[in-house]
Amino acid sequence: MNVAIFILFALLCLGGALNLLLQRHPINSALSLIVVMSSLSVLYLLLGAEFLALAQIIVYSGAIMVLFVFVIMLLNAGEEERTHGSRAAYFAGIPGVLALFAVLAGTFVTLRLSFGGTRLGAFLVTTGDLSRVLFRNLLLPFEVTSVLILVAILGAVVLARKEH
Amino acid sequence: MTVPIVWYLVLSAALFSIGVCGFLIKRNIITIFMSIELMLNAVNLAFVTFANHWHQVSGQIFVFFVMVVAAAEAAVGLAIIISLFRSRNTLNVDQIDLMKL
Repeated sequence: MNVAIFILFALLCLGGALNLLLQRHPINSALSLIVVMSSLSVLYLLLGAEFLALAQIIVYSGAIMVLFVFVIMLLNAGEEERTHGSRAAYFAGIPGVLALFAVLAGTFVTLRLSFGGTRLGAFLVTTGDLSRVLFRNLLLPFEVTSVLILVAILGAVVLARKEH
Repeated sequence: MTVPIVWYLVLSAALFSIGVCGFLIKRNIITIFMSIELMLNAVNLAFVTFANHWHQVSGQIFVFFVMVVAAAEAAVGLAIIISLFRSRNTLNVDQIDLMKL
């Protein structure tokens, strides 16, 4: 059961990510990114992170991706064209990325015996547990991030404003 | 039946690599920005996996802060993209290569 759910949503994740890479129209890439983020939230639930799973749906697939789709439609972005710049990236970038993946996956697979396995409900962080740590031990960083968001809002307004 | 932790970590590595690949080969600035979001999500998955493995809440706290910063970053980044498009009328990164118009 656990394994079936994991495999289903891991494949959805990988398929969505590859589709983001292969699509030439930005709106298709944005929609496949939404698929990736929604299936990641199911994986978070499997790992016992209930608050983060919901926050993933609300913040990422909701707020951030709506912002992306909104900007794509506002700018009327069409299909991207192939240029000479992308050729160099194809030849130098893809082997580099494969090497990066080989190093990461190789490290994880060699350490697989010390990691073991997990199942649904083996470790559950409720919203209460999370907020207890957040509001008792980490109150100052939490307040600082609210200032960060305020600065980001002001920055976005100033940057996107029409200049006269 | 348990799911090996390694599967989650390899999935996270694969998503991160796909994000890097998209960052390199995509030419549309909005798609490049989406690849960055994909990389952030991959790292979040690794954080949640390790939080599960070590039975620590702090891994999930990290993900919470990454989400906050990603939201702020998306707002500012998209505002920058809008103002770039206004001044250059293109979203192709190969044509956005001058610091000054």
